[in-house]
Amino acid sequence: MQDAVTSPVPAGNALGAVNYLSERRGLASWLFTLDHKRIGLMYLVSILASFLLGGILALLIRTELLTPARTIMDAKTYNQMFTLHGAVMIFLFIIPGIPAALGNFVLPLMLGARDVAFPRLNLASYYCWVAGALLALVSMILGAVDTGWTFYTPYSTTTDTAVISMALGVFVLGFSSILTGLNFIVTIHKLRPAGMTWFRMPLFLWALYGTSLIQVLATPVLGITVLLLAVEKGLGIGIFDPALGGDPVLFQHFFWFYSHPAVYIMILPAMGIISETISTFSRKHIFGYRFIAWSSIAIAVISFLVWGHHMFVSGQSNLLGAIFSFLTFLVAIPSAIKVFNWTATMYKGSIWLAAPMIYTLSFLFLFGIGGLTGLFLGSLATDVHLHDTYFVVAHFHYVMFGGTAVAFLAGLHYWWPKMLGRMYSERWANVAAGLVFVGFNVTFMAQFLMGAKGMPRRYYNYLPEFTPYHVASSIGSYVLGFGFVIAAAVLLHSLLRGPLAPANPWGGATLEWQTTSPPPTANFAGEVVAGDPYDVERFEFDPGAGGYVSVRGAAAGH
Amino acid sequence: MSHAVEHAHDPHLQHHFATRKQQAEAGKLGMWLFLATEILLFSGLFCAYAVYRANHPEVFIYAHRFLDSTLGGINTLVLIFSSFTMAWAVRAAQIGAQKALQVLLALTLACGFGFLGIKYVEYHHKWKEGLLWGKRYAPQSQAHVPTGQEGAATHGRETAHDVPVVPKNVHLFFGIYFAMTGLHGLHVVAGMVVLGWLLLRARRGEFGSHYFTPVDLGGLYWHLVDLVWIFLFPLLYLIH
Amino acid sequence: MNVLQTLRATVQAGGRDGGFWMPPAASTTAGEVDALFHFILWLSAFFFALIVGLMVLFVVRYHRRRAARPQRSASHNTALELTWTVIPLVLVVVIFGWGFKVFLDMNTVPADAYEIQVTGQKWKWLFTYPTGHVDENLHVPVNRPVRLVMTSEDVIHSFFVPAFRVKRDVVPGRYSKLWFEAKRAGAFDIFCAEYCGSSHSDMIAKVVVHPEGEFEAWLEKEGNVLSKLPPAEAGERLYRIRGCAQCHSVDGSAGIGPTLQGLFGETVPLAGGGTAIADENYVRESILEPQASVVAGFQPVMPTYKGRLTDAEITALIAYLKTLQKAH
Repeated sequence: MQDAVTSPVPAGNALGAVNYLSERRGLASWLFTLDHKRIGLMYLVSILASFLLGGILALLIRTELLTPARTIMDAKTYNQMFTLHGAVMIFLFIIPGIPAALGNFVLPLMLGARDVAFPRLNLASYYCWVAGALLALVSMILGAVDTGWTFYTPYSTTTDTAVISMALGVFVLGFSSILTGLNFIVTIHKLRPAGMTWFRMPLFLWALYGTSLIQVLATPVLGITVLLLAVEKGLGIGIFDPALGGDPVLFQHFFWFYSHPAVYIMILPAMGIISETISTFSRKHIFGYRFIAWSSIAIAVISFLVWGHHMFVSGQSNLLGAIFSFLTFLVAIPSAIKVFNWTATMYKGSIWLAAPMIYTLSFLFLFGIGGLTGLFLGSLATDVHLHDTYFVVAHFHYVMFGGTAVAFLAGLHYWWPKMLGRMYSERWANVAAGLVFVGFNVTFMAQFLMGAKGMPRRYYNYLPEFTPYHVASSIGSYVLGFGFVIAAAVLLHSLLRGPLAPANPWGGATLEWQTTSPPPTANFAGEVVAGDPYDVERFEFDPGAGGYVSVRGAAAGH
Repeated sequence: MSHAVEHAHDPHLQHHFATRKQQAEAGKLGMWLFLATEILLFSGLFCAYAVYRANHPEVFIYAHRFLDSTLGGINTLVLIFSSFTMAWAVRAAQIGAQKALQVLLALTLACGFGFLGIKYVEYHHKWKEGLLWGKRYAPQSQAHVPTGQEGAATHGRETAHDVPVVPKNVHLFFGIYFAMTGLHGLHVVAGMVVLGWLLLRARRGEFGSHYFTPVDLGGLYWHLVDLVWIFLFPLLYLIH
Repeated sequence: MNVLQTLRATVQAGGRDGGFWMPPAASTTAGEVDALFHFILWLSAFFFALIVGLMVLFVVRYHRRRAARPQRSASHNTALELTWTVIPLVLVVVIFGWGFKVFLDMNTVPADAYEIQVTGQKWKWLFTYPTGHVDENLHVPVNRPVRLVMTSEDVIHSFFVPAFRVKRDVVPGRYSKLWFEAKRAGAFDIFCAEYCGSSHSDMIAKVVVHPEGEFEAWLEKEGNVLSKLPPAEAGERLYRIRGCAQCHSVDGSAGIGPTLQGLFGETVPLAGGGTAIADENYVRESILEPQASVVAGFQPVMPTYKGRLTDAEITALIAYLKTLQKAH
């Protein structure tokens, strides 16, 4: 924290007073809470537990791959491990990660609202998540699924593992995702306070809005897909079964109609977080607000039309391939616009390399690589070679992990003081961020190389010439894992020993920084007035208050 | 401050909404979004239908005659009638006509039961005949006369289809039939649960001109369930 | 030093032999794919260096130790933003067009291509030549277009030859096609690229490119195994290349199916009760109608070989089975 902290209780800290954490006590007050902040926190704990599980699976996978053939487990176990790693990370961590955990906490606060539009639905959505996660866990016990998280037919309908309970788990998780998205859309439409026009909304909300649109419009198709899969597996309905005249490739179309937009469910909110942190920590107004806002919506719309780029080698016609390839390139443009605008935001700023900013800069670096390597895969001719190799694995890890998970960490470190009222050790948080950055790059840069050389994904055994790449990748993964242990230790330590946080520790101009840390149950003590959410320059550090305070009235906007 | 006054007087206004109008609008928008997701859920099946009908038209032409278009037609009328009673029920709630509201909700619910009853007769028949999906397809007799044959005979060009040439993979049609009508049936059941709950609340006199959002939203859902059937009926029963 | 060598290798790679990133290039289209790959690579490298360079520059220049407060500057600039919208747009359209053109070349089969049937099954590739010869590796002539007509016996597989830069899914119930023209002799890896179960990563074969004029001689020599070898030896070959070995061991260990070691003449327990003597008729039935009498303790998952093995081939397999005595 600031060297200048002198006051034992900084202005705006509510840990000693009444806040949403302390107002009601007891297990029931949490389990039946309708408070979006508490629900967000419960989501946070749950998805971090999932992340831990997925991470352990990842390390086991990387350990197995240290040598060709058997290292620590047999082929079937390995196949189950990578399936569960994918399913847990995607359905339990990355998809709900930013919207349901951070979004739930922050969205009403940023809007200056008391809660989301449907608090009971919000809680129901959380319990849907729990039920879906339990079904997924049940499938681990009944016979862990070994199909890959994509559940391609007819493999998934013929394997002897517990595909049905996993499919139902995914269906219920999808329901959770739909309810969250629906709730957010209605909240953003109907609960904006006076003065907050659409173009005065923080960009995180624009991003969540785009995300919610995809959640509501794409997830039902996943729902019917996994339902049909379960019916196919359980009753043999024949729609995806080639032995019965069905079409297994139709499943892929259905699956990717959801799962490609789902990639944007994962990355859009991450982009939203970056738009917030880059402005706050550069102490500069975000550059090109409207372009960033519209690009979120453009991504949401185009994302529905690109699913076929997962199927360039499945035998679809040249014309379809060309259309999907072209649209895939189009969807790259809004992302490029955002990256340029974020970079421009730093120009002539006053850049503070606090942990959220370190993660933000990591994001720009890693997402840059993830996005640019997408060009190789969007292009028809090069995709034929790279499809289903480690190049793809590296690409989507750069986007989902280097992009989404790193932005999630940026957001977590950014809003941590607001959520829990305490500051963490900045030095150690930066050490963790550095280890995550280095470990991540070593892990996945090696995978780009071996993928381009032709190493297929989901291989238990591999040819000896790929060994050096696999060893490098595994070593990188251990560094990455170690970075996470430190990050977790830093945050947990702050809960016990961290200095008290002021209302506005970073100088953010969005509304959540105007209430106490942690906020009261009703979010704001009085009426809030929305101004320009990126007028960060009006906040100055006040050593007496221990945090940032406004030195002039809010600007009217831009 | 006026908000607080309104809150104090209004048990139906949740604390985070400023006005009843805002709350009702939020509810309605949420419901429309939910209906959109329902349509998308079914659209997956409609896509599967389109793909298979395009790839295997002969299967659809052949197999649809095993469906009883008379029973299907009656069910269509039952649902259309129930939509009418539901719309009337919403109106009754708006003007606070308690008795009419209860009667109309009960009528709508009864239509739901009627629909499911007829559906049961149809399913039972298919089950007996072994006209089921994929792996369970085991027709009792290939010479079975399709029930739609009187209608077919009037169309001269269709006589060719009456020659008992059984196409391959007939079960694909029944797979899609059971998937679509089964999912629709589940939605009817869900709609009936909602209707039952509305009826209970209506009997307690909770609705009136000041507060009728639940009836309104439940009605929207019921209309969607009907609408899906309006598409299913011709697509499955009335193929030419 | 090392970095310099790497850089030089990368620069030289454009269209040549794979280079730092790509595997050896051994087909006529591989060079085109590599050229596009390296174009995208250098374009990406430029933009990446631009963004990261600016980022680092800004962090150094405007770090708050140096720049205590932000300076005034515009919060948007429509002309600038349109510029960085339009330039990437033009570039991606170029990449799209180039990729599509090469893709069309890769998908347009020359009329005179030599046709080979490919069957994927868990976890093996089988290649059937116009002469009827079946092999576990793909043998092709150099400098002649080859067209593969592929299908799968069970789940989806994907035929992938990195050195040729070709890949195509192999789907049960339909035929998919792929072509290439090898431009140099040698042996290259064939991978299965679509996940297909426990031994997915062992579904590896070789494509052997024969030098000018030698392919026909090879096919002639290999094509008549049954008439040239004693039945038991021919049976051993068939056991290896026709997919038996994937599930049935000959060393006594149980796999997906029971071991064949010491099986012949034994009494085996059947699933659902009863026993059977593993004589000629039982073996023949098990090959043609695998679900008829499944050995207890195993899943009924074996595909039928009806129409895929001739009577003479089954006889040869039985002769081979008779040689597999129990180890003592």
